[in-house]
This record gives sequence, C-alpha cells and structure tokens, in this order.
Amino acid sequence: MSRWEVVIGLETHVQLATKSKIFSGASTAFGAEANRQACAVDIALPGVLPVLNREAVVCAIRFGLAVGGEIAPRSIFARKNYFYPDLPKGYQISQYETPVVAGGGLTIRIDGTEKFVRLTRAHLEEDAGKSLHEDFHGRTGIDLNRAGTPLLEIVSEPDLRSSAEAVAYAKALHALVTWIGISDGNMQEGSFRCDANVSVRHPGEPLGTRREIKNLNSFRFLQQAIDYEIQWQINELEEGRAIHQATVLFDPDTGETRAMRSKEDAHDYRYFPDPDLLPLEIGPEWIAEVKAGMPELPQAMQARFQADYGLSAYDAATLTATREMARYFEAAVAAAGRENAKPCANWVMGELAARLNRDERDIASSPVSAGQLAGMIRRIGDGTLSSKLAKEVFDALWNGEGQGDENAADAIIEARGLKQVSDASAIEPIIDEVLAANQKSVEEFRAGKEKAFNALVGQVMKATRGKANPQQVNELLRKKLSS
Amino acid sequence: MINSSLRELSAALAQKKISSVELTTLFLDRIEQHNPTLNAFITVDRERALGLARAADAKLGAGETAPPLTGIPLAHKDIFCTRGLRTTCGSKMLANFISPYDAHVVERMNDAGMVLLGKCNMDEFAMGSSNETSYFGPVKNPWDTARVPGGSSGGSAAEIAARLVPAATGTDTGGSIRQPAALCGLTGLKPTYGVVSRYGMIAFASSLDQGGPMAKSAEDCALLLNAMAGFDARDSTSLDRPAEDYTRDLDKPLDGLRIGLPKEFFGAGMSEGVRAAVEGALAEYRRLGATTVEISLPNSGLSVPAYYVIAPAEASSNLARFDGVRYGHRAAEYRDLIEMYEKTRAEGFGAEVKRRILIGTYVLSHGYYDAYYLKAQQVRRLIAADFQEAFKSCDVIMGPTAPSVAFKFGEKSADPVEMYLSDIYTIAVNLAGLPGMSIPCGFEQGLPVGLQLIAPWFAEAKMLGVAHRYQQATDWHTRMPEGWQ
Repeated sequence: MSRWEVVIGLETHVQLATKSKIFSGASTAFGAEANRQACAVDIALPGVLPVLNREAVVCAIRFGLAVGGEIAPRSIFARKNYFYPDLPKGYQISQYETPVVAGGGLTIRIDGTEKFVRLTRAHLEEDAGKSLHEDFHGRTGIDLNRAGTPLLEIVSEPDLRSSAEAVAYAKALHALVTWIGISDGNMQEGSFRCDANVSVRHPGEPLGTRREIKNLNSFRFLQQAIDYEIQWQINELEEGRAIHQATVLFDPDTGETRAMRSKEDAHDYRYFPDPDLLPLEIGPEWIAEVKAGMPELPQAMQARFQADYGLSAYDAATLTATREMARYFEAAVAAAGRENAKPCANWVMGELAARLNRDERDIASSPVSAGQLAGMIRRIGDGTLSSKLAKEVFDALWNGEGQGDENAADAIIEARGLKQVSDASAIEPIIDEVLAANQKSVEEFRAGKEKAFNALVGQVMKATRGKANPQQVNELLRKKLSS
Repeated sequence: MINSSLRELSAALAQKKISSVELTTLFLDRIEQHNPTLNAFITVDRERALGLARAADAKLGAGETAPPLTGIPLAHKDIFCTRGLRTTCGSKMLANFISPYDAHVVERMNDAGMVLLGKCNMDEFAMGSSNETSYFGPVKNPWDTARVPGGSSGGSAAEIAARLVPAATGTDTGGSIRQPAALCGLTGLKPTYGVVSRYGMIAFASSLDQGGPMAKSAEDCALLLNAMAGFDARDSTSLDRPAEDYTRDLDKPLDGLRIGLPKEFFGAGMSEGVRAAVEGALAEYRRLGATTVEISLPNSGLSVPAYYVIAPAEASSNLARFDGVRYGHRAAEYRDLIEMYEKTRAEGFGAEVKRRILIGTYVLSHGYYDAYYLKAQQVRRLIAADFQEAFKSCDVIMGPTAPSVAFKFGEKSADPVEMYLSDIYTIAVNLAGLPGMSIPCGFEQGLPVGLQLIAPWFAEAKMLGVAHRYQQATDWHTRMPEGWQ
C-alpha cells in the first residue's frame, strides 16, 4: 500500500441560503409539496427568461473573501446542454470558462498538523429538479421544487492525499460555508454534497487516471467511498489492469462504488454563453460592501483566542468549529471575566460538549446558557464552589433548574448547601474527629506511608460531604500531623 | 374604415363615430370572410375579442382619458404567449399549448386598451422566410395568392395587407418583420435589441430576437411602439431607459439628412424591379432635402454565414425544453425515456426546425465550437463595428429590404440556402442589434417592394420620422391589394 500515493480532489455543491431561486422569484424552502415551489421560469414554460438573484452573488462574494480567492470583475453564465426529465430547460445555467471566484484555499488540521488545500474555483449554478421513481406505478414523477435552487460549486485542487484528508477538508469547508452564513449546510436535505475525484500513482509519477464518485452527502459515506475506491484502483493496477476514466456511484448498502458511465459515453454539454443573461459584473464597491458585512473568520478568531485568552491552538480550533460554539464561548468569557477564559474553554469543550453530544443538541439551544455557565465558573474561581461539586451544579442547570436566571448557579449552591467550606475553625474540629477515629492511618503516615495521608484527606472530605476546601484540608491536616 | 390609420381610428372611437364593438365586429367579419383563403390566423377568438371591445367602449365612454389605442383591434404573432388563448409558435409541438401567462408585449398592448382578435400564423418557431414551414399551413400573399407573404411574421403581414386587422405584432430575428412587410407592402419596424421585452416571446435565437410593430404606416408603427417598448425586469437584456415618445420626430423636416448607401447592398443579387423602386425612393428623398453618400459595410458578406451559425446554435438550446415532459406534444407510444424524446421531437418539429437544431448542435459541439460559434461571434463584432464606422458619415442607412419581390410557393423551399439569402440585407441589422424598418417604395410587376432603413442604436424616433416624411410625400403605403373588399 505504501507504494501507492492517493490523489483526491473534491467538487462540492453547496446550496446557498437565499430566500428565492437563482433565476426566479420562487421560494427555496425545503419540504413543500411537489411542484408547489416551481414557477413559470422554473418549469421552463415557453417564453420565460432567467433573472439573476443578486443575493446568490453576495454569497459567492462572501465565499471568495473567506477563502482569499479572486473575485472575477466579470464572469459569464453558460448553458450546459443535456436532456433529462428533471432538467426543464434542457440545459443547466452554470459558469464554465469564467467562474465568479478563482483560487484561494483553506487550512485543514489533521493529526495535529495543518495543511493548506488550494481551491481551483467556485462558480454559481442552478440545481436541477428531482426524479421520483417510487409511487408512480412503473412511471417516473418529476418534482421541480428544487429546480433553480442556487448552488455554489467549489472545486479543490488535487491536494488531498487520503480519505481522512478529504473528510477533514469537507468538514472545514462545511464549517466555513455555515460560518459565513451562505448555506445551512444541511446534509440530509442535500445542501452540501461532494463529488470526489480519486486516483492513485506511484510517488513522483504523473497523475493517474481518475474516477469521479458522485453525490456523497455524508462525511461517513465520503470516507467509505474513497477508501473503497482507492483499494479497488490499487487492486486493478496491481493485477495489471488499467484504470479508465469514469463516473461512479457509491452504494452505502454494500459500501462499494460502481461505474455509472465511462468517458466514451460522456455527454458533450455544448457549453456556450447564455444569451439571456448579461455578464456578471462585480465592482470593488460591491465587494467592499459585502466585506463590511462579513463576520470574523475562524482563523482570525483562533489567532485572537490564542493571543487574548492564552488558549492552545487546539483549544482555539475546537472552540471555532462552529460560529455558534465560538459565540457561546465568547459570551461565557465576557460574563465570567477574561481570567476565567481557560476554565470557560474547558467547560465548553468538556462537560458541555459531551452533554450536547449525548443528547444530540445544538449549542445554540443548550439548556445551560453561556451566562449561567459563566456564573458557575466564577464561583469556582473565587473558591465558593469546588470543582467536584461544580458537576452537581452543572447537572442542575442542565436539567433546567433556575432556567432563565443568569445567576442560577448561586441559587443552586445556596439551596443545596454546596458552598465550599474554607473556614479553618469549621474544618479543624472535623479533622480532629477523623484523626481520633483513624489512629491506624495516623500511625502509618508517621511511619512514612504518604498514601495514608490521602486516605485521611478522603475521610475529612467525606465527613464534610465534599464541601471542605481540599487545599485547606491538606494544609490543616499536615499541620496537625506534624505537631 | 378598413384603410384608416390608427390615429383616425382613435379619433373616430373618441368621437363616438364608431364603437370598439362595431370596429371589432367589422374586422372579425372580414377575418371570417377572407382568412379561409389567406390562412393568416391560427386562432381567432371572437367572444374574447368582443368582450375586450366592450371593456374598451366602457373605458371610452367613462369620460376618463383612455390611452390613444384603446378599442383598436390588434393581432399578435403566435410567438407571444397569451393567457388562456392558445400559443402554438406555428408548431405541432405546441399545437394545443395554452399559456398560463401573458408575454410582456401582450400585457403592454392590453394595458394600451387594444382589442386582441387572434393569433397570427408564422413559420414554425419563426424559422423561415416564406411562412411555408408553419405546421398550420402556408399563409398566402394577398397581392398574389400563388406567392408567399414572406416570413416568419407572414400571417401578421398578410392580414394587415388584406385589411383583416389594422395592426399586428411581429418578431424579427434575421428579418422576420421587415421582409414580410416588404413582400406585403407594409411598414414594419424592428427596434434596437433590448427596447422591447422578450419575456413571453418564445425564443428562437435569444441574442437576435426582437419584437416590433407591423402596420400600414410609420406613424402607426410609432404609436404601436410607444405602447410596446419599455423596461421589463423579467428580461435581463431589456434596457432600462427613460420612456420615449416615438412619434416626436415624425414631422421633422429631412433637410440635411445624410443617407448612407452601402455599396455592398447595391451590387448583383437584387432584382431589377427592386433596384428601380429603391432608386426611385432615394430620388424622392433627395427631392425632400436629403443627401446620399456611398458607404461601405465591408463585412456584410459574412452576415448570412455568421447568422446561420449563431441563430441555430442558440435555437438548438432554446428548443431543448420542448421534450414532451411537461407540456406540448408527446409521442403516444414509447419504450423508454430516450425513445420518448426521440419520437416526441421527431413528430413535434418540422423539417426546417430540425435542420437548424442539427446545425446548432453541430456548431456547439466539442472541437467545433471555436471554429464556428466563437468565430461567428467575432464576425458579429466586426459587422457591428462596420455600422458604427458607417454612421460617422451618415444619419440613416438605406437599401433594399429583400432582394426580390414575393416569390411563388415552392420556389425556394427546395433549397435552404436559396431561402436563407432572402434575408441577406436584413440579417446584419440583427447581428449588430440596430433598429431597422421596411417601408413600401413601389412595385415590380404588381408586387410590393420594400425600402429598408437602418438607424443607429436607439434612433427609432428619428428613423420613424424619416419614414413618415417619405410617406407624407408618396402613397405606396396606402395601396391595398385587390380582391379583399
């Protein structure tokens, strides 16, 4: 296997979060009754004409700015001609020779190291409708609700060297497009779909013949499909057969890829500039306007988190996985104070993330608000609450205790009597009791067994039901034993 | 009344000398009488027309100032979608198609209060110069029913010539308004590309198609264009310009007008009768104060070949939507999807449409695109540049509209190239996006000859004035063929 180098490039179709379609005024909302969101333009009645939705262009500009690509001052919409029942015009309006965004790239993180993946281009196009093969008694139904939905097709350079890198890239891209608000990223609804171009070669040799795996709509399928395809190609080559350029489909049930069509029967799409649409012109003013409305990008935010809050690169990257998570974290830090940034990060990435994950909840709908979490962290910081008992407070918050109250942690500590005891005069009598009751441990400690000390601390903590300040217990106990 | 101008009809309606219902009935009766011979209409809806006429009469009677064309009958080329009234585009493919929406031009004419009588016959999908390609049969030329009316707006032209309707709409992709206007003795205008919205006008070649008026005179065309033109946000190639009054220059004297005569338009290829009539018109213009200057359009010889790459290329893609899936003709029996496509399109399209789809598909194919389509687009820019250069030394360009008068049925239909040359003088205007007109300027053996006027971009008003002054001094445009009383 190590004799082979894997080369992967991804083409990703991102559905843009515009209210209406790219060339018509029909709604893009998902889930409507079939053909209820297809207007005269979408069903390609005779005589209708496309009009470009400027919101889709704004999405493309945002993306171009986010990946550092070049935004073309003039790009052209072309017709891609082919017949299919769910393609009403008999052509798809896309961008061919001149895409709206060229170049740029994004950084992925894999096994702790960073890698920059270059982008070839990103272009605007319209989606097709859907063919429905069930419920029509051997015939095919056509639903044109999706026809004309705006897509940004993002093409990477063949920079990826493993399925893991491909998945890391897809995840980073997914995070970015949702971060900048140009897509809802809903993979079940098809808002983010990948085609993977896969080839293998011996290192240093020219690129091998690629096969394109179409329409992968989950990260897991992406990984499985690429892994299967790589192994298949290697087997073919090692058994002396050549790879032929082809389009293949991945079957999630069998985990296999199979050829859909070969290069020989590839369509001649007869691209030519769409005479119904003027060239798309994007001036510096428009770009500046879009730029002014851009959110801080994940990478800039990561750098800021490291510099301002002293977080590690890993923590900063984790906290900026989604814009909602970053927003939550920053709100928590704002309420807890910058000195509590690290504990905030630990709680968000640790306990909170684990609970959200377990209950399959989104951080935006977390039962524990950033303010509540911050309130609790503040109490840990000022010694009111022990880390150990903090778990109990967090549980209570998670279960809705003090819902809507930013100071709920204080109320819970109070009501449950979880306040940490740091008063020596309150702890000393308990220590005395414990020492009296555990003479054996005292003797063992005096005989040099450090373990016995820990047992005594444990007994004191138990006697105070965990409320005693452990550090203080340590100090007082040591003092008593050495006296 | 049937020979009246739109202004005269408008005045008669305003002064209640006649009602719109009476006027509409008059023309509907004439259609009933003569259309069986001429075959100029594909669809006539009497009840609908009379309903519109009654509404117009109500508007005219209400005392409010109704738009000037209120109550005047009109016919639309069957390429414009009309809500609830079938729109066939001259094709079997759409023989039973009823549009759920109105074209922009149809909306505009409705808003102007005009009374729609019906839909005009045309070459299938506007592909033809003789109206012989219509699925609904050829239209006869009222001047000689053994001859073609021209095309593709042949139905519009024939019915105005026979006075079955006072005015009609047409579309012009390579001469489809001007050439039938010439062959039927009418005035027809193709506006600057982008002046009239293409929304709801079934596309033939998107970058060339332009709707325009056809009527008996330049003045009528100016009034019609006032109603038709205007920005439409639903057509991305529609030009957002301030509204104009296209009648404003009608009475402008011609003193000092410089008429450019392209030497390429006056060479061989034009019949002697056409040449004589055109020369006569130019003499008249000189008498009216204009001067003529020879100009050159060196690349005009390339316009027909360039056009027959670009137009079929666009058409091959525009007509892909007629696949039998959602509307229009679908083959009755088929084994699978591919056969459904093949049979549907084989049955639904006529020979000329298929020929152009094949040409267009070929020139856009991988490996041929650069040699054909890209090259043709380069030629197109050269042709446009020729006109730009020419207009430095003249205000308007004149020449013949068509190389000959109306020809006989079957005379050119056997040889597509021969037919394509019918548009040799008109095609360059579409390629350059310029406004052009044809006005009657004489006869050759009893058949009308058209004089073509070509103006710079957006100079429709000026061009209409130039035409109108000629029509004030001559009476060619008032001649009516015999036998249609």
